[in-house]
Amino acid sequence: MKIHPLTIICGHYGTGKTNLSLNLAVDTVKTGVPVTLVDLDIVNPYFRSSDYSRLLEEHNIKLIAPGSAGTTLDVPALSAEIYSVFEREGNVIFDVGGDGVGATVLGRFSSKFIAHGYEMLYVINHYRPLASQAEDTAALLAEIEATSRLRATGIVNNSHLMKDTTCQTIIDSLEYADETADRLGIPIKMTTVPKGLNGISNIPDLYPISIYVRTPWD
Amino acid sequence: MAEKVLMKGNEALAEAAICAGCRHFFGYPITPQTELAAYMAKKMPKIGGTYLQAESELAAINMVLGASAAGVRAMTSSSSPGISLKTEGISYLAGCDLPALIINVQRGGPGLGGIQPSQSDYWQATKATGHGDFQILVFAPSTIQEMVDLVFLAFDLGDKYRMPAMILLDGMLGQMMEPVVLPEAGKTVVPDRPWAADGHKNKRPHNIINSLYLDPLKLEQTNIERFKRYEKIKGTEQRCEELHTEDADIIIVAYGASSRVCRNAVAAARAQGIKAGMIRPITLWPFPVDTIQKRLVSAKAFLTVEMSMGQMVDDVRLAVNGAKPVHFFGRTGGIIPSPPEVLEQIELINGGI
Repeated sequence: MKIHPLTIICGHYGTGKTNLSLNLAVDTVKTGVPVTLVDLDIVNPYFRSSDYSRLLEEHNIKLIAPGSAGTTLDVPALSAEIYSVFEREGNVIFDVGGDGVGATVLGRFSSKFIAHGYEMLYVINHYRPLASQAEDTAALLAEIEATSRLRATGIVNNSHLMKDTTCQTIIDSLEYADETADRLGIPIKMTTVPKGLNGISNIPDLYPISIYVRTPWD
Repeated sequence: MAEKVLMKGNEALAEAAICAGCRHFFGYPITPQTELAAYMAKKMPKIGGTYLQAESELAAINMVLGASAAGVRAMTSSSSPGISLKTEGISYLAGCDLPALIINVQRGGPGLGGIQPSQSDYWQATKATGHGDFQILVFAPSTIQEMVDLVFLAFDLGDKYRMPAMILLDGMLGQMMEPVVLPEAGKTVVPDRPWAADGHKNKRPHNIINSLYLDPLKLEQTNIERFKRYEKIKGTEQRCEELHTEDADIIIVAYGASSRVCRNAVAAARAQGIKAGMIRPITLWPFPVDTIQKRLVSAKAFLTVEMSMGQMVDDVRLAVNGAKPVHFFGRTGGIIPSPPEVLEQIELINGGI
């Protein structure tokens, strides 16, 4: 899985952006490319990239987190270090907060992204009730693009039901993903499948992912 | 919509309330509960409901009181410090015999505390959600599916007994995601409320909703009547789940997120031959005293596990009444106990019985 040097991960709340970002970071660093993961989620209090700093350290992935990460401070402030990533060697992955609200933070960097070139991947999940149809999902991206002042370049079909995900769960999402891609006029760059779930093979750009985002008792 | 969907706890509570016929939500944002209000803000206008962000928690709970008095299903939600602000209104709701649903997605305390999960509002929820002699129904879900189911039950029992009901969870359950099946919308029948102040249309006497009594004897009599209702509820509405308790030497008592941790610890203890089990209260008030007392003969010790300095353990001790040792293990400040930590406690107790 080769990704753009500046890859932005955006989408609706709870579609699996953080888990995808962690997978892309780990898989990219394994190819020998240095990776920086920027936690841009300042709208969600739990389950952010910064909560997985140990995993990132183990893989020698540089994490840029909000100054309040790991504390109970509930302040939407960003790290100034973010400005350094545009000059950084290797790949940078931006894990953005959910919806247009979460993507607002991208707006201040939009001219930098446009100057350097970027990939913005829109993560979708057919099983999220407020964006379970292609129409809602397409409308939601319009909000994200308006606040981020950037355009999505591709879709990641990350449709899943956590532990209840079966092959059928993914197969049942394909039509929805295709319709969303048609409406938005951007390609599906990958369809994720949890590692260990066998029985799916004939889908293009299948991306096997690990489940890193878990509850403390899992 | 009988299909499985993936929802955050906070979203599921909101959607379930809508499915249960609630069209009036009054709230004020606070982490880690805000997604509930945000979901209501998005959804209510589309279905002809009312979402109102009040100017304060005090205003929100009193709007709930007004809406409930007018005969509709009303709810509010908050997190620990916000619930403290709402307690005055909850007491007034109880004093007016009004149903209402109150959600508390607990965070660390006291004071401003922190935004990480906690279970340190147990005392507040079950003993004193405001001033005066009163109780409210308190439900403690441990999965997101159970949250959905308990929203219906809380509304229904609140209507049945004319009293406020609280769903008490913690930030972890509010923020985490799980697959759920939502009930079909439109199937709920909200019961008639002949007591509501919704216009007598010259066909019946005035309905007066009030908690002020000028005659002390009348106030006493009202309180006595209300407590008779509470006794009936204690006899019929206790709910809990039992896990491997039949032959258990050590019975854990834990609710909500703690019970998820303990479930793993019980499995790990069983794997090494320790007879551990769990009683998971689903209603915190009424507390499942009967089930604990049923297990008093066979159990050798009890262990209460909470994300607090030890609150529910008081009710366990009252139920056990000195018959068997009651131990406590807790983490606080936003920390969730880990399954190995709980297993260590089980091993320690097992070494001493």
